[in-house]
Amino acid sequence: MADLWLQFLLTIDATLRVATPLILCAMAGIFSEKSGVIDISLEGKMLMSAFVAAAVATLTSSAIAGMFAAIGVAIMLGLLHGLASITLRGNQVISGLAINILASGLTVTVGIAMFQQGGQTPSLARAERFRPIELPFAEQLGGIPIIGTIYREVISGHNILVWIALGAVLFTAFMLTRTRFGLRLRAVGEKPEALDSAGVSVARTRYLALIIAGVLCGMAGAYLSTAHGSGFVREMTAGKGYIALAAMIFGKWQPRGALLACLLFGFLEAVASRLQGVELPLIGQAPVDLILALPYLLTVILLAGFVGKAMPPRAIGEPYIKER
Amino acid sequence: MSPPPPLPRWADVGLIPLINVFAALVVSGIVVAIIGENPFEAMMVMIKGAFVYKGSLGYTLYYATNFIFTGLAVAVAFHAMLFNIGGEGQAYLGGLGAGLTCLLLDSMLPALLLVPLAIMASAGFGAVWGAIPGYLQAKRGSHIVITTIMFNFLAASIMVWLLAGRLKAPGQMSPETRSFSENAELPFIHDIANALGMEMARSPLNLSFVVALLACVGVWVLIWRSRLGYAIRATGHSAKAAEYAGIPVSTIIIITMAISGGLAGMMAINEILGVQHRTILGFTSGYGFTGIAVALMGRNHPVGIVLASLLFGALYQGGAELDFEFSTITREMVLLIQGLIILFSGGLAYMFNRPLAHLLGALLSQRDRKDHTEAGQNG
Repeated sequence: MADLWLQFLLTIDATLRVATPLILCAMAGIFSEKSGVIDISLEGKMLMSAFVAAAVATLTSSAIAGMFAAIGVAIMLGLLHGLASITLRGNQVISGLAINILASGLTVTVGIAMFQQGGQTPSLARAERFRPIELPFAEQLGGIPIIGTIYREVISGHNILVWIALGAVLFTAFMLTRTRFGLRLRAVGEKPEALDSAGVSVARTRYLALIIAGVLCGMAGAYLSTAHGSGFVREMTAGKGYIALAAMIFGKWQPRGALLACLLFGFLEAVASRLQGVELPLIGQAPVDLILALPYLLTVILLAGFVGKAMPPRAIGEPYIKER
Repeated sequence: MSPPPPLPRWADVGLIPLINVFAALVVSGIVVAIIGENPFEAMMVMIKGAFVYKGSLGYTLYYATNFIFTGLAVAVAFHAMLFNIGGEGQAYLGGLGAGLTCLLLDSMLPALLLVPLAIMASAGFGAVWGAIPGYLQAKRGSHIVITTIMFNFLAASIMVWLLAGRLKAPGQMSPETRSFSENAELPFIHDIANALGMEMARSPLNLSFVVALLACVGVWVLIWRSRLGYAIRATGHSAKAAEYAGIPVSTIIIITMAISGGLAGMMAINEILGVQHRTILGFTSGYGFTGIAVALMGRNHPVGIVLASLLFGALYQGGAELDFEFSTITREMVLLIQGLIILFSGGLAYMFNRPLAHLLGALLSQRDRKDHTEAGQNG
């Protein structure tokens, strides 16, 4: 029994670790899409910042420097996306896709040129990574049944970026519903002409949203290569940006819903990796690949309106043309 | 800023794609220079690798075959204003269709029956994988872009599950089916040429290339010379107007996506029936996404798509050559160029349009004025 409980706690703990980059990216997606800009470039921004974080952390021996560089490069990609989709009124899906492919090519090309390790960055030393933070008395309190074990196994021992990701959800919810900027952001995604007639710049608001999204994606990338992993591996995002996109849709473009969806998808991945190679009663070999496909399937079902209805912001994907 | 004069069609179709490719190459060249290699040398290596070396042209055309199929797939959907980025998954499932047909029937049927059947199966599986997102868009209001993205991942999961499980060849470690019998093979072009007494270097180029060209003709007839094509284009221009004209828009969307998915699915015949002769993991390797670049460059017209496919075929084949010639630049360079081409010709499409329109407008009006004054003097 105690062993089963521990297994369960370890899975929850893994869920948080796996969900962290999803949460950061999903919040980035909310900022971008609530402002009316489709953002399928979450994947590319995260991949690029994962590379830059690891590369800069290696060169400067500082994880913090790596993270700031990652944020910088994600913001730059966001601005490129903005240039294409806000200023030049190009196709937002194509622009996002281009950024994803660009990131795939650029990370490996530059990685090979810089480190000659087939696109990887050198393995990071302790000081170059974000370390787990053991909360006070974790070991002593760990003896207490249930609460103590939860404290020791699930709450303690995460790195700072996990906490930042959870904070980002509160930040996103607060920004969207409690600030003037948030009100404008939502308005610009629903009815940009209303905001325009009130004298607020549609383009400026959308650019700001993309910059905030860049900061969040940058941290997600830094988490992958310098906190969760210890170095950059080619294609290390492996579709996580798209899962985050799915989670955002699954959460109906709301911070709380998206958080829950990320945790659900993270949980599925954590369970799948625990079940790898395990023989289950009745069905035999655990169908890990199919469990991993569930987030995509659930999103399709939800989007099709079979369970509830996910409504995107009304002006999403439409470049704003100022009337004269 | 004054609105630019409309860009003449020849410039939009002929000049803009060239400018886009040029811009992409310049930016990639800058990256190569920063890495510390000579971009012109890299360019020469790629050109030689794509066209000059023995058999290289065959490789270029072999890659182009994939891109023609996936490019046509994207283009057909584009005509109905549907953005199908699920070509990757549709092609993947096409490989499942072709593979299943061959696994079941390759000991029974002769090639003349089996190969057409396998081609139809690949198109059919791809068509279903395209039609479901089409149905969800038309009837349930989900966004086609998101659904097709999800379907790419679903296809990948299904294929991993099947190829590592049920369909794996017995006694095999790698996730792939057993090899098909010779009845399931599309002949190589070099074999055909040799049989006809012509000397030709070995390459993976096979009869699928001819099928791809036929598909181009088929798409041209479909879009511009058929009733269905008219309905597709009408739906694309204005779904509302099409609805009022009595066109069943929802049905058209589903049919268009089925055709689009079917074309993408046929990419599998080049890889599975033409080259691998078994269904393997990840044989699509991003070609479905390249189809988007191809359709954008080719302006959604079969002729443009063939030309753009040749370009991308050359890039892929030439890019492979980079691996041998340089220690620091690899074929991933091609992904970079591809991303940039999509960026310039899609996302940043209006960056060059506007200045070019202004420039051409100024030049043309100047010429007009000159003609005018000359005419005035003569008269």
